[in-house]
Amino acid sequence: MDEDIVIKVRGLRTQFGTEVIHDDLDLDIRRGQIVGVVGGSGTGKSVLLRTILGLNKPRAGEIELLGEDTRHTSKTAQQRSGVLFQNGALFSSLTVAENIQVPMREHLDLKRDLMDELAALKIAMVGLPPDAGPKYPSELSGGMRKRAGLARALSLDPEILFLDEPTAGLDPIGAAAFDNLIGELQKSLGLTVFMVTHDLDSLVAICDCIAVLVDKRVRLATMAEHMQDSDPWIQSYFHGPRARAAFDSRSVV
Amino acid sequence: MEQEPEWIESPGADGRLALSAKGAWTINAVSDLDRRIKGTRLNGAAQVELDVSGITRLDTAGAWLLYRAQRDFAGGGADATLVGLDARFAPLLELVEQADKAHPEIERDRGNPVTVLLERIGRAVCEAVAEGVSLLNFLGLTIITMLRVVVRPRRMRIVSLVNQIEQTGLNALGIVGLLLFLIGVVLAFQSAEQLRKFAAEILTADGLAILVLREIGVLIAAILIAGRSGSAFTAEIGMMKVNEEIDALRTTGIDPIEVLVLPRINALLITLPLLTFFANFAALAGGTLMAVAALDVTFPQFIRQLADAMTLKNFLVGMVKAPVFAFLIGLVGCYEGLQVGGSAESIGRLTTKSVVESIVLVILADATFSIVFAYLEI
Repeated sequence: MDEDIVIKVRGLRTQFGTEVIHDDLDLDIRRGQIVGVVGGSGTGKSVLLRTILGLNKPRAGEIELLGEDTRHTSKTAQQRSGVLFQNGALFSSLTVAENIQVPMREHLDLKRDLMDELAALKIAMVGLPPDAGPKYPSELSGGMRKRAGLARALSLDPEILFLDEPTAGLDPIGAAAFDNLIGELQKSLGLTVFMVTHDLDSLVAICDCIAVLVDKRVRLATMAEHMQDSDPWIQSYFHGPRARAAFDSRSVV
Repeated sequence: MEQEPEWIESPGADGRLALSAKGAWTINAVSDLDRRIKGTRLNGAAQVELDVSGITRLDTAGAWLLYRAQRDFAGGGADATLVGLDARFAPLLELVEQADKAHPEIERDRGNPVTVLLERIGRAVCEAVAEGVSLLNFLGLTIITMLRVVVRPRRMRIVSLVNQIEQTGLNALGIVGLLLFLIGVVLAFQSAEQLRKFAAEILTADGLAILVLREIGVLIAAILIAGRSGSAFTAEIGMMKVNEEIDALRTTGIDPIEVLVLPRINALLITLPLLTFFANFAALAGGTLMAVAALDVTFPQFIRQLADAMTLKNFLVGMVKAPVFAFLIGLVGCYEGLQVGGSAESIGRLTTKSVVESIVLVILADATFSIVFAYLEI
């Protein structure tokens, strides 16, 4: 078995009623990669993410997360992956610092002081101001909520980070800062990042390779390889005016 | 298998302290390591050498402990150095150091408990006063809008009104009927027990009629409607607020009070008196059934006694309260709905608040009615 493959999907089929979302889908993601997942709306990007996390039950196929079958995911596998949901999904009755401490309390037995220190560390790591810790999620702006969600996802130093549209709803400056943050954290923590996104700028800026959902399956390749693809959807996606603008801004910089 | 994390102290001569960290320094081990690092004393050592070459795995929690140990030893006046750091882990330590420098001291001032308590009381009082003023403001706004609609009845939203009447009135018949019937049974049974001691069982009918018509019928119906429809108003309007539907109405030039609040309050003004009538009937039916079944009274006897006690005055004293209660419930339900802030989580909180406030106001109003009627000798 290949040690380096952290997410391994074989023959996945997901179906809602009679509607087939994925059919015979294979996917391999290696350690340390940043993979962006794109696809038209309704092609099941978020469904794929939820299925890999074990939140959706597939009709057929196998999914291995860090070498363990997700059908009976153990606590260790949960501890080794962190998730940032689209709207942060912070627990509204807890402060930001308490949100970050939830996984620590659940999985470990740490002293209060140490947990406070670690929470403050994560808050600083994701670039939130120091006074964000005692605040409640409703007191934060959308961008800050995403950062707080990221801090919670990073709470236990996961090996894999799942991000669902991390830059959706952020202004271009905030989105670029968030891309940078993910890129830097990936470098220093050695994370594997699985990111569902529509943001072409993030794809160009930080993703090593891109998984495109077409025809109920995934095509994993680098940006340059996708540019050569003959599939009409991929063609229009990577050759559209917005894509060109994103590439241009990169080559200028 | 992973190597066990270790923290080894070897105090040397001439004010040197050699420390060595080994194994996997990850979050699973930090609890234990934290205790041991905190137990390490400088004992006047001027030079601390922290050898980290034996570390096989490191995450941010472990890096934090290493960084903090070095920082604290340096803070204690020693010359602390980290030696043998694996190049793999250098970015991690740098990240932790940057994060710590960005947030130097975390002030954790929880304050004097007495002042905190006083502050909370003061804040609660101020908020309650502000809430009362704001509710009065809303009352005025609603009345003005109502008058405007009365002048131009074409602005009345008939479809919406009928829909609300169905939801708050027709759909509530079952629960109101069942509960009031049971309450009638309980009332008759309890008063018959007491009156039997005076051989005045037949007066159960008088007690039942007066209690139900003047108080119980309208009060229980109003409390049920507050829980059922008042909460629904808050949740519906609150959801619309969260979806920015209220703002969309405003920008289209439609007054949200006119299309959302008035139909709901008007519907309650129509349905609560009708429900009260129905509630009175259900409670009296329950009481009669219980009395005839359990007492030595025949059905015609009881009915005759009941009819004597059911005066128009008693009936009207109860019915006159219904529109007032209806207005209070509708007003509070809609007001709290409009108070919902940006996020969906406040809907739950405000729904609870709306039900509690409307029930409190209903009972306060009922008490006021009792006092006024007592003075007027009605």
